[in-house]
Amino acid sequence: MVTHLPILSLITFLPVLGALFIFTIRGDEEMVVRNSRQLALWTSLVTFIISVVLILLFDPDTAGFQFVETKQWISGLGIQYYMGVDGISVWFVLLSTFLTPLCVLASWASIRSHVKEYMIAFLVLETMMVGMFCALDFVLFYLFFEGVMIPMFLIIGVWGGPRRIYAAFKFFLYTLAGSVLMLIAVLTLYVVVGKTDIPALMQARIDPSLQYWLWLAFFASFAVKVPMWPVHTWLPDAHVEAPTAGSVILAGVLLKMGAYGFLRFSLPMLPEASLFFQPLIFTLSAVAIIYTSLVALAQEDMKKLIAYSSVAHMGFVTIGIFTVNLQGIEGALFQMLSHGIISSALFLCVGVLYDRIHSRDIASYGGLVHRMPAYALVFMVFTLGALGLPGTSGFIGEFLSLLAAYQVNRLLAVLASTGMVLGAVYMLWLYRRVMLGLLEKEELKSILDLNRREVAVFAPLVVLVLWMGIYPEYFLGFMHASAENLVDKFKIAHALNLAAAAP
Amino acid sequence: MLYVATIFLPLIGAVAVGLLGRWTGDRGAQLITCGLMVLSGLFSLVIFREVALDGNARTIELFTWIHSGEFEVSWALKFDTLTAVMVFVVSVVSALIHIYSIGYMAKDPSIPRFFSYLNLFTFFMLILVTANNLIQLFFGWEGVGLCSYLLIGFWYDRASANTAALKAFVVNRIGDFGFALGILAVFYLFSSVAFETIFTAAPAQAGTTFEFLGLEVHALTLICLLLLIGAMGKSAQLGLHVWLPDAMEGPTPVSALIHAATMVTAGVFMVVRLSPLFELAPSVLAAAAIIGALTAFITATIALVQNDIKRVIAYSTCSQLGYMFFAVGVSAYGAAIFHLMTHAFFKSLLFLGSGSVIHAMSGERDMRQMGGIWRRIPLTYVAMCVGSLSLIGIPFFAGYYSKDIILESAWEAHGFAGNFAYILGVVVAFLTAFYSYRMLFMTFHGDSRAGEKVMAHVHESPKVMTVPLIILSVGAIFSGYLGYDLFVGDGGEGFWRASILALPSHDALADTHYASWYIKITPYIQITPLVMAMLGILLAFITYSKFPGLADSAAERFPRLHAFLYNKWYFDEVYDRLFVRPTLVLARGLWKSGDGRLIDGIGPDGIAASVLRVGRRAAALQSGYVYHYAFAMIIGVVGFISWHLYGSMG
Repeated sequence: MVTHLPILSLITFLPVLGALFIFTIRGDEEMVVRNSRQLALWTSLVTFIISVVLILLFDPDTAGFQFVETKQWISGLGIQYYMGVDGISVWFVLLSTFLTPLCVLASWASIRSHVKEYMIAFLVLETMMVGMFCALDFVLFYLFFEGVMIPMFLIIGVWGGPRRIYAAFKFFLYTLAGSVLMLIAVLTLYVVVGKTDIPALMQARIDPSLQYWLWLAFFASFAVKVPMWPVHTWLPDAHVEAPTAGSVILAGVLLKMGAYGFLRFSLPMLPEASLFFQPLIFTLSAVAIIYTSLVALAQEDMKKLIAYSSVAHMGFVTIGIFTVNLQGIEGALFQMLSHGIISSALFLCVGVLYDRIHSRDIASYGGLVHRMPAYALVFMVFTLGALGLPGTSGFIGEFLSLLAAYQVNRLLAVLASTGMVLGAVYMLWLYRRVMLGLLEKEELKSILDLNRREVAVFAPLVVLVLWMGIYPEYFLGFMHASAENLVDKFKIAHALNLAAAAP
Repeated sequence: MLYVATIFLPLIGAVAVGLLGRWTGDRGAQLITCGLMVLSGLFSLVIFREVALDGNARTIELFTWIHSGEFEVSWALKFDTLTAVMVFVVSVVSALIHIYSIGYMAKDPSIPRFFSYLNLFTFFMLILVTANNLIQLFFGWEGVGLCSYLLIGFWYDRASANTAALKAFVVNRIGDFGFALGILAVFYLFSSVAFETIFTAAPAQAGTTFEFLGLEVHALTLICLLLLIGAMGKSAQLGLHVWLPDAMEGPTPVSALIHAATMVTAGVFMVVRLSPLFELAPSVLAAAAIIGALTAFITATIALVQNDIKRVIAYSTCSQLGYMFFAVGVSAYGAAIFHLMTHAFFKSLLFLGSGSVIHAMSGERDMRQMGGIWRRIPLTYVAMCVGSLSLIGIPFFAGYYSKDIILESAWEAHGFAGNFAYILGVVVAFLTAFYSYRMLFMTFHGDSRAGEKVMAHVHESPKVMTVPLIILSVGAIFSGYLGYDLFVGDGGEGFWRASILALPSHDALADTHYASWYIKITPYIQITPLVMAMLGILLAFITYSKFPGLADSAAERFPRLHAFLYNKWYFDEVYDRLFVRPTLVLARGLWKSGDGRLIDGIGPDGIAASVLRVGRRAAALQSGYVYHYAFAMIIGVVGFISWHLYGSMG
């Protein structure tokens, strides 16, 4: 190990520390608001910088976990405080720490009530997200995994739109059902294997008949988070009601938790069941891609449209994961990162308009390019990313997943590829209706282009979309070793099981 | 270095002007983009000389693009004869059109944006032709599609332009859907997407079959068929041609550059580039020949009755692309690229000429509102004549050489596809002559039908527009004669070298030479297209010059036929009924019934409704302070963890 500094704990808990400071801020209203914004921004920025150090110190050639920290926690039960990252999780840590400061910036002007509590919620959310991607003990993971939901639930429920209560409860209900089943699965694993530390569980061989049940329990939780069709209907509502920054985290990071769960638990711990249920996943994913792309086409609300497109894009991720070959796993990982950037950016784009006009209806816009050339450019870049134009990050993940899908099942690849066509239709049609044409509506005639703060938010996102599209090897390079390891282990486990099954 | 610069100079121009257009101003933007483009054009001459004439093919590796297991793709620039020809055509035509645009777009309010797009387009096109693997080809392919989208919709105030742009992108995407699947299949079969590797391994896979959608199919046939779908989308072949005429909503220089000279020929280029694969899938080649011939015929019939000058030329482009396609289909790759080059000259000449007409007529595009202006704009008139004569295939103009060799090859290929292509090709030669004459006559001759105000304003275009016309005219006259020996003559193989492959068993092009042509190809076969073209001119002369009014009465005599042709064989209407509307209905249905009633109705809403009632009461009870409790909870959890941590450490 390169360093003895507990860098992961630092990244995880620094935001909470910042939140504590914000909590103690006293004074007159305006002062509190200003200071909590500043403090939240700086805390999240420092956290991001530390996580950049993390990626620079990260050894891409090692397949195993790095920066490992272990401490006895609940010693009687063998539960540890156990943290570490590998090539699969390290980028998600960065994604979380990268998006949080942008969220703080994006909320600068749009959040006016309870600013202090809002900032605290975001910092706590960051801790939960990072902790979840770093946790290597199941109990710890479960705490973070569920912990994420609380601040998110509050962000939607308190700072959301008019139907926020409905959306928040729908969100909560869906995820709760999954969580309960997952908890049972975790407990079962603990009873059977006697451990909760994740690397050890990956080594354990679990009886196939039990695997099926465990897999289904995990599936119930992860499928909702991804979300997979048909348990996706909470997402459009949650997005529509969530404040912009809430949508950003929801799309950028929370949707990745389910897929991360599949990669971290389902595949390595339950290989037999994963293979058994492969057709189910493929079917649901293909349906998701076509179905939600079509539904996106019919949307009249910008946020809903992007929300549905998220479901379609995540369909490529689940396909990639369950092909269990190298291109599939790396494609899925890359697609998750790319989607984390692009859909976040698209929600921020909607937020820009919402801040100005207070409407998400596509019909209330049109011809914005006349007044907002810089915004038009930015929006175009993300539109192209979303429709998977080569040269943007969207292409790489989608294409690798398709490449993997083709190796496994031709029909699947054909069905999934239709997403390419439909994606172009709904994204460009959205762009056309919002941005192009004559600027006729009175209330739009004085709309302002991006201000400096907004440019600061979008610039890094644009750079990333292009960087990831033109030189993805930088990002893929960190994944190779771990992804290869995952695929190899899966194949070995499968072979062993076949050997055991043979008389 | 020079090679890399040729490709990347336009990108530099695009980015610089695109981002800094506000600071450079219009003049600066034009200077930067046109300067860089002319430089790139000059460099392309050097490349043409070194690579095509001297035979120094080379590949320049830049850096790794995507790497995932066996899947490895690099950014690389491959220069062989085929590429050198394409780079030459693209850069030179693009440079001329850039210069022309200075005049044509002079009064447009967003000049930097226009030139930035043009530069960007040229960059993508150059990347496309220099690709050494399928993925980079696809990158350029989609990139030019994007620029085409941006430029068709350049005047974004117009609803029709926006619709046309969207249509162009989506129809192209449908083709790309096939292309992408083709690439996936190539990787599945060869474990590589690099041209070198694929081409070397292809002959060994000639007999391979694999399973596809439950069928056992011949692998290479399937791959080539999928790739052909991509080519058809880009090159506006039958079925996927519907976007090209609508694309005329874009500014005229765009039509000349993208929708005549370069981008639309990318499909032809792709098939030629992949000739080592297509040669092993003869049934796909036959399909290409038939599709090409049908496209040439159908679009030529539509061109007969259109009244918008640009639409006539657009359908003519579809039709000429059909020629290239069936040339490819009979393995006459050299002839296809030859026609691609001559077509690039004479068709961009025609478009720029029509742009000059439109410019003179204060924006009028309807030929019914023109006429009798040839004396007022003589230079444009001559240029349009040169372009038309070349297009018709009058001897010693460029189009004559390239079109003839295609038809001869088609005849020489024998077989159903070859004969079919030849016969339709000859008929198309007749139609081409007719609509070209009609266009010239309606535009320039006869009585003036324009308003007085417009007529008073008719004027020759400025030098910055006419000089490119003159240069292109030179190309449209001489490129056929000069290129003949190199591209399709006896020396063809020494010129193309390894860049294209036609198996000896169906090398129709070579047959036109080697089997002492006057025995094998009867003079009738060679002379027929020319005779047909002459007849076409004659008939057009009779119907338009000799007895004006004959055309109208003919249209009245056969109203159904006229309407059928005028409405473009009702492709758009059929597509609208078959695909567009059902999709929208389905989309809405899935949303409202699928998501709304079925999933939500059974699932969360039922439960949520009851929870919500409870929830509301609880929330009211706590009067909005619920989140304070939650925070306390989280802080508690965090504290709990830390306490245990410190406890265990202590």
